[in-house]
Amino acid sequence: MQQIFNFIFRNSYRLLFLLLLGISLSLTIQAHSFHKSKVISSANFLTGGVYSQLNSIDEYFSLQSRNEELAGENARLKMLLFNKVDSVDVNKMDSIPGLKKIDVIVSKVIHNNYNSPENYLTLNTGANQGVQVDMGVINDLGVVGIIEKTSPKYATVQSILNIKSSINAKFKKSSHFGSLVWNAKNTGFAQLRDVPRLASTVRKGDTIVTGAYSGIFPENINIGTVHKIYIDDKTNYYTIDVKLFNDMTNLGHVYIIKNRERKEILQLENETKVDE
Amino acid sequence: MNSALLMNIARFILLLLIQIAIFNKMDFLGYINPYPYILFILLYPVNGNKYGLLFASFLLGIIMDMFCNSGGVHATAAISLAALRPTFFKFSFGVSYEYQTIKINDKLTPERFSFIAISVVSHHFVLFLLEAFKWSFLLQVLLRTLFSTLFTIIICIILIYLFKPSRR
Repeated sequence: MQQIFNFIFRNSYRLLFLLLLGISLSLTIQAHSFHKSKVISSANFLTGGVYSQLNSIDEYFSLQSRNEELAGENARLKMLLFNKVDSVDVNKMDSIPGLKKIDVIVSKVIHNNYNSPENYLTLNTGANQGVQVDMGVINDLGVVGIIEKTSPKYATVQSILNIKSSINAKFKKSSHFGSLVWNAKNTGFAQLRDVPRLASTVRKGDTIVTGAYSGIFPENINIGTVHKIYIDDKTNYYTIDVKLFNDMTNLGHVYIIKNRERKEILQLENETKVDE
Repeated sequence: MNSALLMNIARFILLLLIQIAIFNKMDFLGYINPYPYILFILLYPVNGNKYGLLFASFLLGIIMDMFCNSGGVHATAAISLAALRPTFFKFSFGVSYEYQTIKINDKLTPERFSFIAISVVSHHFVLFLLEAFKWSFLLQVLLRTLFSTLFTIIICIILIYLFKPSRR
C-alpha cells in the first residue's frame, strides 16, 4: 500500500498528464465516430452567448453583402409579382417556366446626376448581366428611368429627370393616360402631359402609375401623386404636376425590368405602320 | 494572488477571446487559420507550477473545442504541448535552462525563435492529425501544418512585440 502511494506521488505529474490525455483523446475519438452527438459542443450558454455577441458585431461588417442579398431576393419576388398568373388572361404562355414575360435584374446606382436638364445614372450591371437598351429601371418606390446605353459591365440610365424622357403613365383609378416628362425645374416633380379633358375626376393626391402601353415598364408601377392640375393653353389638354415617390437625389439599389415580348410588340407595331 | 498568477489568468482569457473573435474567422485561402492561443502555454513562467500549466492547457483546449465544435482535438494538442514544453526548452536553451532567467516575451533571439517554431510545429501537427483522424489525409495534414505554422509564428511574434516592446 505504502509503495502504491509512493508511486502515485512520485509520478503524479505523469499520471495527471495521462488522465487529461485520456479524457481529451476519448473526446476526440468520440467526436469522430459516427452517430454520436458530441459531449463538448458550442451549443451551450457560454459559447452561445459569446457567439451571439460576436455576431452582433460581425453583422456590421456584412451589411453590404446582406443588403445585396435582400435586393436580390426582392428582385426575385418582384419577378414573381409581375409574372403572376392573371385569372382573366387566357394567354397561358406565362405559366410555362422559361417563358416568363418579365425578368428582373438587380443593380446598383454607382453614379447619380440630377443637376442638369439631361440627367443620367450609371449602374454597375451591363450587357454581361443581360442589360439591354430601352429596359425600364425602377426601385422600391417607383420608376427611375430607362436604360440608355450599355457596356459589358455598366449601363447608363436616362433618368425620368431628363427632358428627353417620356414615359407612358396613367391614373391608377381611371386608366386615362398621358406621357410623363420633366420640365427641368424641380427634382421632386415631373409633369404628366396630354391628359384628356375627359379625365375630369382627377383630384389632388391621386396616384399616377405606369401605363400598359409602353412595353418598357410593367403596368401599375408607382410614379407619384397628383400635385397640381392646370389646362395647357395651346392643346386644351390637362397638364399635371406629379410629385414623385422617388427621391431621385438618393438612389441605391435599383431593378432593371426586362420585357421579353417587347421586341415582338415593336416589330408588330412597325409592320402595322408600314402597311398603312 | 500574486501578479504573475493574475497576469496568466488575464493572458488566458484575452488570448481565448481574440482567438475566437478574430483568428478563428480568418480562413485564409479557405482553410488556413492561425492559432496564437498557444502563446499562453509558451509564455507560462518557466519555473511555474507544472501541474497548473497542464491543467490550464487542458482547460484552454477544452474551451477552444467547445467553440470550434471539434471534440477534444485542441485539448489533446494543448496538453501535449504543455507536457513537451520542458523538452523544447532543453532543446532551444540548453540543458541548464532551469537555472537561467528565460523570458520568451522579449527580444527575438535565435533561441527564442527556435523554441516558438518547434512548439508551434508540434502543436499544429498533433492538432491537424487528430482533426483529420485518418492516415490517408497525411499530405493535407502536413500542408495545413506548414501553412498554419507560418501564419501562427508570424502572429505570435507580432503579438509578443505588441504587448512587450523590448526595453533598453
